[in-house]
Amino acid sequence: MTGPAVIYDDKAQRMADAMVAAEARAIADRKAALEDCECKEGLFPTAGVTSRRRFLSFAGTSLAGVAGAASFAQAQEKAPPGAQYFAVPADPTKEQGRPVAGDGGYGSRSQFETEVRQRFPTATEYTSWSFTPLDKMVGNITASGLHFERHHNGIPTIDPGRHMLFVHGMVDSPKKFTMADLKRFPSVTRRHFIECSGNGLTEWNKPTLKTVQGTHGLLSTSEWTGVPFATIAREVGLKEGSTWVLAEGADAAVMTRSIPMEKMLKDALLAYGQNGEAIRPEQGYPLRLLLPGYEGNTNIKWLRRLEVSDKPFMTREETSKYTDLMANGKARQFTLDMESKSVITFPSGEMKLPGPGFYNVTGLAWSGRGRVQAVDVSIDAGKTWYPARIDSLPEPMCTIRFSYPWVWDGKPAVLQSRCTDETGYIQPTLKQLVAIRGDNGPFGSIYHLNAIQSWAVAADGSVTNVHA
Amino acid sequence: MFMRNIAVGLGVLCLAVVALAPSVYAQAQTHFGFGAPASPEELAKFFAIPADGKGLPPGGGNAREGAKVYADNCAACHGQHLEGNPAKGIGGDKLIGGRGTLASKAPVKTVESYWPYATTLFDYVKRAMPFSSPGSLTNDQVYSVVAYILSEAKIIKATDTMNASTLPKVEMPNRNGFEPDPRPEIELYR
Repeated sequence: MTGPAVIYDDKAQRMADAMVAAEARAIADRKAALEDCECKEGLFPTAGVTSRRRFLSFAGTSLAGVAGAASFAQAQEKAPPGAQYFAVPADPTKEQGRPVAGDGGYGSRSQFETEVRQRFPTATEYTSWSFTPLDKMVGNITASGLHFERHHNGIPTIDPGRHMLFVHGMVDSPKKFTMADLKRFPSVTRRHFIECSGNGLTEWNKPTLKTVQGTHGLLSTSEWTGVPFATIAREVGLKEGSTWVLAEGADAAVMTRSIPMEKMLKDALLAYGQNGEAIRPEQGYPLRLLLPGYEGNTNIKWLRRLEVSDKPFMTREETSKYTDLMANGKARQFTLDMESKSVITFPSGEMKLPGPGFYNVTGLAWSGRGRVQAVDVSIDAGKTWYPARIDSLPEPMCTIRFSYPWVWDGKPAVLQSRCTDETGYIQPTLKQLVAIRGDNGPFGSIYHLNAIQSWAVAADGSVTNVHA
Repeated sequence: MFMRNIAVGLGVLCLAVVALAPSVYAQAQTHFGFGAPASPEELAKFFAIPADGKGLPPGGGNAREGAKVYADNCAACHGQHLEGNPAKGIGGDKLIGGRGTLASKAPVKTVESYWPYATTLFDYVKRAMPFSSPGSLTNDQVYSVVAYILSEAKIIKATDTMNASTLPKVEMPNRNGFEPDPRPEIELYR
């Protein structure tokens, strides 16, 4: 490979290559669909796509081997995941619509909305991750069905009637709680992002993935409902000297992480609700640990056990995996906070601006250390910065939506955004970050890439991922 | 008179409401009593082994026994020689090698080169391996396959037995390779 003197090991290189290929296939499918779309400039690629070709191409991405005339009719009737296919009347005012509650009582998204999570092509589908399509999302909350995923041995099916949370270790009274027990406690409801600390791991050395879904899609925001751990801690009583809590999941990886007690008592939630309904199976149904602002892996899904201790347990994930190997050969451990970060989602990679004129540049900003204080936008690769408009209410450890009114003069530009959080920390440039973390990534310090993202807009309006 | 009665009546009503309010809210609740005691028997099925080995089960094994456990349960994904297997549908990690590479441009992170505690290996194998049938090995099998991996990594001798007392004493090559999070990096503040 070309670029800086950084060497991917063979595993990292294979994975990155496979992801580049998978993303390229998805982009090709999108472009094929656009040929039948009135929005030919490619600015709003999903607008009004009704063609047979769209459905065929969609099926092609989701089902291996769907091709050719035999499967065409079937593909034509296929609706995207999360939707049902209905015939489209020429004039919806001239015939009756569908009957009320004909959906059985649970609604689905429009058959015209095709955005899906995209899986990183790890060798096995059981330990893998999928990205949220940030480029197509509006507002601040991630649709539950598009929340990014990271599973270490598949998604378990858990009967909530049999699920128990055990709380034991250095406590006065070890206890077990059914889901019904947990729901009897007073609950809180809070909006928080979750970001995988591996978000952007392909981007340390050179711009690798083309879309913001690939570069930043391991970020999602939900409204979470649950019981503060502090409430449960009072219930069981903490012994003197208890400083860590092991959280354990009920999946086939029996995932474990050690969490500082200080964090657990400050704002940890035992969450059973997501966006007004039960947590989705992929997000830990029926119960997950929610640690606002901490790296995604610590937010243990399918939570079944909390063991209070006076030391961390040195689990596999907190020693051999989610640690940051520096250039001097030493690794940072328990790097739990997700730091201040932002990204422009419109326009972003693989979009094309139809011509000079007004564009409402928009994106997301967040910090694991508190509220977003300010976001700046640059159109000249960071030489000059302008304050962005904050379009949603800043809340602690939650994304905000920002925007910037831009009149493009048709000349090449490099768009960037920069987040400052309420602690005064400023999102760094990649150069600043590499100067600190060392350049033996991506198999050295692959996690916690929170650098400023650059999107280059060419004179023809095409937008690409660049390092600037 | 009539008005006065109403006023008195309202006053009594108000007093009643004031008097009632605290009991409606009860006391500031700090203890609810939900949930049930967890018995030692119920908790016995759980484990998480810290570096001092607390909670390691009885039993033991050595590399010779472990070689067979490895061949039967691990080699398909991690390779005959613990070299890993990147094939599609498999993707098992490389387990040994890589010593001395951590400060290089091409660090190789394995049990041998990177993992700071042997107890973690026991915990993880017992917990989550083999990948397609996790938790299926006996404690003796886990001890012996751990001994095999550590022996192939030249961290222990092939004849060494791993058990609750010997495993926590194994000195991993990268035992002192970790430091606590030094962030926030203060140069990134205004």
